[in-house]
Amino acid sequence: MNDHAPNSFRNQPDERGHFGPFGGRYVAETLMPLILDLEREYTAAKADPAFKAEFDDLLEHYVGRPSPLYFAPRLTEELRKSAPAGNGAQIWFKRDELNHTGAHKINNCIGQILLAIRMGKTRIIAETGAGQHGVATATVCARFGLPCVVYMGATDVARQAPNVFRMKLLGAEVVPVTAGAATLKDAMNEALRDWVANVHDTFYIIGTAAGPHPYPELVRDFQSVIGREARAQMLARTGRLPDLLVAAIGGGSNAIGLFHPFLDDPSVKMLGVEAAGHGLDKEHAASLAGGRPGILHGNKTYLLQDEDGQITEGHSISAGLDYPGIGPEHAWLKEIGRVDYTSATDQEALEGFQLLCRTEGIIPALEPSHAIAAVAKVAPTLPEDAIILVNLCGRGDKDIFSVAEHLGVKL
Amino acid sequence: MTRLSAAFAKGRPALVTFVTGGDPTPADTAAILDALVEGGADVIELGMPFTDPMADGPAIQLANLRALGAGTKTADILAIAAAFRARHPEVPLVLMGYANPMTIRGADWFAAECAKAGVDGVICVDIPPEEDAELGPALRAAGVSLIRLATPTTDAARLPAVLEGSSGFLYYVSVAGITGMQQAAQASIEEAVARLKASSTIPVAVGFGVRTPDQAAAIARVADGVVVGSALVDLVAKHGQAAAGPVRELTAALSQAVHQSRQTLQEQTA
Ligand SMILES: Cc1ncc(COP(=O)(O)O)c(C=O)c1O
Repeated sequence: MNDHAPNSFRNQPDERGHFGPFGGRYVAETLMPLILDLEREYTAAKADPAFKAEFDDLLEHYVGRPSPLYFAPRLTEELRKSAPAGNGAQIWFKRDELNHTGAHKINNCIGQILLAIRMGKTRIIAETGAGQHGVATATVCARFGLPCVVYMGATDVARQAPNVFRMKLLGAEVVPVTAGAATLKDAMNEALRDWVANVHDTFYIIGTAAGPHPYPELVRDFQSVIGREARAQMLARTGRLPDLLVAAIGGGSNAIGLFHPFLDDPSVKMLGVEAAGHGLDKEHAASLAGGRPGILHGNKTYLLQDEDGQITEGHSISAGLDYPGIGPEHAWLKEIGRVDYTSATDQEALEGFQLLCRTEGIIPALEPSHAIAAVAKVAPTLPEDAIILVNLCGRGDKDIFSVAEHLGVKL
Repeated sequence: MTRLSAAFAKGRPALVTFVTGGDPTPADTAAILDALVEGGADVIELGMPFTDPMADGPAIQLANLRALGAGTKTADILAIAAAFRARHPEVPLVLMGYANPMTIRGADWFAAECAKAGVDGVICVDIPPEEDAELGPALRAAGVSLIRLATPTTDAARLPAVLEGSSGFLYYVSVAGITGMQQAAQASIEEAVARLKASSTIPVAVGFGVRTPDQAAAIARVADGVVVGSALVDLVAKHGQAAAGPVRELTAALSQAVHQSRQTLQEQTA
């Protein structure tokens, strides 16, 4: 457990893995003893300076941390054009897209593979949607010489071919999953099936801050390096804290990684941006905006589902946000009102994507393009001296093919 | 004596059979359930279809999708159960499925509906004892048995927690894995059942990977019950709306093997 004041927002989850009414350990009995083992091992690792030293060392020399904190002058100016006089907040980026493998996902994979090794596990499995988490997992498996199986929906295998090839180059086996709609949730089901059948030697590296306890906690802790660095960097550069944090939300790992270290700073507001797909009244992947609490993949959280509790398919232009659930800590932060949540459509994300390309010379991934879309709306409503800090959690190399297609360009 | 405990007190091992409700359509399930009873099944497990059956292998996954594709709703499953109870007042019926469809309208609602439909027990794959509060108290208050799963990873330290609050029978999942996989080695099953029976006052039924009468008979020599699922579900997949006949035949062969398994043993040793 975290060592914070009793009235802190940072002392979740409780000892049973609950974030208020959310979270928990809803897994088959076969997995339960293993989940308890993992919890025990993670608690020991947290208290072990050698574990932290190895994690920090790999983040610095292998991942390339700390990532820069960057003030975006031309984007700031561009958004001031449509703002009332005196408005138009400063926009800053935490540049986790510069990490090795191109996204924040690697922070978590480094932490989890160190845990796997600590537990004596000799085989790694993972699920992936866009392929970013799959690539990051395949990367750390190559780095540590462990065999790696990545489950990926057959639909995603087809639309994310470059990442499939990357994973194979890195030595991973990519298993296409044809069940259901053949996307991220089906890949996660299949990874869980592999895991129950191979509990003795296999470690499941989950890619977002969701799943049974202790995953939401440990993924958050590994990703919190983003917020810890950003907080120190912002204080060093400007002498103050940001006014608003903005991050895109799939399962919620980059967002909770940025938000968590700031949760007890009352002046800092936070905004999570879900994928509104074709629109909240149509197909989308915004589980907080359009879902209800339920139980899936080991945790209780907001889910897209029908009145019988059958899970419905999400839709987003971004394969990384195309998931019908959200990490349980976000569900709790929404209910207590500490974090605000909004959404951006496919179209708005495409506009945000192009805006950042043109104004700053940075090609973002489609996931943080949703955050940029939200910033484009919020920045003009805030005064010029306000500071918005956006998590630029991934770069867009993987997305240029689908963006070209949506813009009607043939490559 | 409840219907469930009576099923395990017939002086011979019990055959427990599983099919998915609504597969291939809700209208076909009654005939398939009747075929199970006619074939000699002692306990009926009716699967509640779910979009994400993550503890099931390909056979039962597809059965779930067929049922949902045919428009099966929770209301249909409850109606199928209630109609079964009217036709078969003595045969225990257990619902098996996943947490979300069972709890989405509230555990109290679900427990009350089960009681009303004459459902004797509920097996929920993804609610371990650690999350019992989600469903267990509501079922116990409504007089519906909560049937828990024990697995090869359930060690002696965990077993009391698994048994606590459960009733009807203990379902031993003989392989660490999903439904429809290969059967565990007979020796490991015997060792596990002996261990479970030493701590448990309720009957122990063994399932996962049991397909043939011979396999079922071997397990029935040591366990109080044998569960067969995927092999029956495969017949429904193959024969669709004409599945009742083949299901009755396989069930008859299984029940004969299970019910007579110990006789044969006694005759052999005599
Ligand atoms: C760059 C990037 N950002 C965000 C996400 C969404 O995940 P999360 O919400 O856990 O950060 C993904 C997932 O693939 C991603 O690749």
